[in-house]
Amino acid sequence: MSALTKKRLLSITLLAGLFILIFAAVALAGDPSGANTGGVGDITAATAGQPTMDEIAAQVGKNKIGINFVWTLITGFMVFFMQAGFALVETGFTRAKHAAHTMAMNLMVFLVGAIGYYIVGFALQFGGVGALSAIGGTAPLNQEFAINGWGILGHAGFFLTSNGAYDVGVFTLFLFQMVFMDTAVTIPTGAMAERVKFSTVVITSFFIAMFLYPIFGNWVWGGGWLAQLGSKLGLGHGVVDFAGSGVVHSIGGSVALAGAIILGPRLGKYGKDGKVNAFPGHDIPMGILGTIILFFGWFGFNPGSTLAGTDLRISVVAVNTMLAGAVGGFVSMMIMWLKFKKPDPSMMCNGALAGLVAITAPSGFVNVNSSVFIGAVAGVLVVISVLFVDSKLKIDDPVGAISVHFVNGLWGVLATGIFADGTYGDGLNGVAGGVTGLLYGDSGQFVAQLIDMGVILVWGVGLSFIFFKILKATLGIRVKPEDELAGLDIPEMGVLAYPETTLRSSSLDRSF
Amino acid sequence: MRKIECIIRQNKLEDVKNALGEFGINGMTVTNVIGCGLQGGKTEFYRGNSYQINLLPKVKIEVVIPDAKLDQVLDIIVKNAKTGQIGDGKIFVTEVSSVVRIRTGESGEQAI
Repeated sequence: MSALTKKRLLSITLLAGLFILIFAAVALAGDPSGANTGGVGDITAATAGQPTMDEIAAQVGKNKIGINFVWTLITGFMVFFMQAGFALVETGFTRAKHAAHTMAMNLMVFLVGAIGYYIVGFALQFGGVGALSAIGGTAPLNQEFAINGWGILGHAGFFLTSNGAYDVGVFTLFLFQMVFMDTAVTIPTGAMAERVKFSTVVITSFFIAMFLYPIFGNWVWGGGWLAQLGSKLGLGHGVVDFAGSGVVHSIGGSVALAGAIILGPRLGKYGKDGKVNAFPGHDIPMGILGTIILFFGWFGFNPGSTLAGTDLRISVVAVNTMLAGAVGGFVSMMIMWLKFKKPDPSMMCNGALAGLVAITAPSGFVNVNSSVFIGAVAGVLVVISVLFVDSKLKIDDPVGAISVHFVNGLWGVLATGIFADGTYGDGLNGVAGGVTGLLYGDSGQFVAQLIDMGVILVWGVGLSFIFFKILKATLGIRVKPEDELAGLDIPEMGVLAYPETTLRSSSLDRSF
Repeated sequence: MRKIECIIRQNKLEDVKNALGEFGINGMTVTNVIGCGLQGGKTEFYRGNSYQINLLPKVKIEVVIPDAKLDQVLDIIVKNAKTGQIGDGKIFVTEVSSVVRIRTGESGEQAI
């Protein structure tokens, strides 16, 4: 740079600085404190500035629903971001030679899930839910197929169109519920990683998104028969599951369990002498980052399940979620540290996620000290379960999806029936009063939750077991052994996750 | 000409490389390697299952030098790679019959 250019640059900088000082000294006619922005003039009225009582009331109602829409949509976007968490956890805790395959499954399940849920899943789950007042009423969703008054499945809103579903409230509900469903779809990929065919996961994801998840979801959240156990048989409020320990996590975990059993373990996981071999994950920082993203997403998952930013219970739900996750991770860490001499990072992650899964169903209904207890039990359960599934049952679950989601999902459903303290849930499922668990005097609620657990076992594990059996016998679900040993990236995906660390063999690399 | 292959601790690479550079050795090939020796391995746990870490990470430096410099180069490597603990590594020396510089076609010691 010549001396002249330097001199010019210097004078331009000085001149700019001088201008900024002059502007800063002049009082501008805006509203820097915000005191004068927003007021009576902003209320929609026939005579501007002089709204009638009715016009004010209309505006207040609009605001309430507006807050609830924004709350539900933004927490839904946070739940969508949990896809990134799942992708990182599952890829970090598996081996590098399959990384493109494992990571791509986690994107694909969303693509497939969104389509399947749009076509038929949403209509089956929520087609008969009725008018949800928190999001301004979802009037078109009024078609529930029932037998003797017991709801079985909904049938309004196919393609988000049928029965007049072109409705802002319906669309808000769809977005939130689609990303929830997607969480269930992405759980099995972790348990089946490193040996499952990519095409198998495509078919499985359609199956979960279109049938397995929505029908069970209808029974609990869509006004179906499990939700009616309270109003019809007097079992508490019927099955309650605030944000889906059962509906989302146990169902996703059921598919993970059935899938891992029928696929069989990864080659070399179990030695002929009975030794259980460790396959350490290839990128522990990636797995931990994924866990933190999932934790963040859970602040959308649980508090968002009010579907209402104007429901001030959201603060209690958020703190319950935070503490159960923290305690779950801490307890797992300490157990591993004492038992195996070091605080295994992958089990710290599993512990935190186990606490979060377990608090998902109770988070709206229990007090904070119960949440801490529920999280602590989850931290113990997940360690026992991981070791038991791995060494005793010899079911190969590379990332611990069965123990985190299936086992702790069931614990969350049960814990709701024990610890719900009766302060929240008035009118839920058509039953007056707060949801009350066994410890606070309602054994009926406890029985309803037990029934829920039984149905999860039969519908979730049973049906997915049959599904995978049929798929295995027809199209096959497992890759060829030589592909599994070499790594699935090239045989299944055609591209390596990390080509720079592999000798180049492509003709494209020749000329460089 | 001689080829020196030395296997050293990863954290000694900078010291050895700089010392060789100061001595006037500018050409070398460095590789990340894993291997085993007297140091043995250790047992760790991953998700409750034990596994052996027998092959430990080391760095391998390969350098080709004129015969006359051999003793000095060995001294430099030993001095800079040594901690006195098990696991410091080894040096292997072999004869090299010819060297060709690909760019110019030169051969022999001036091609090093």
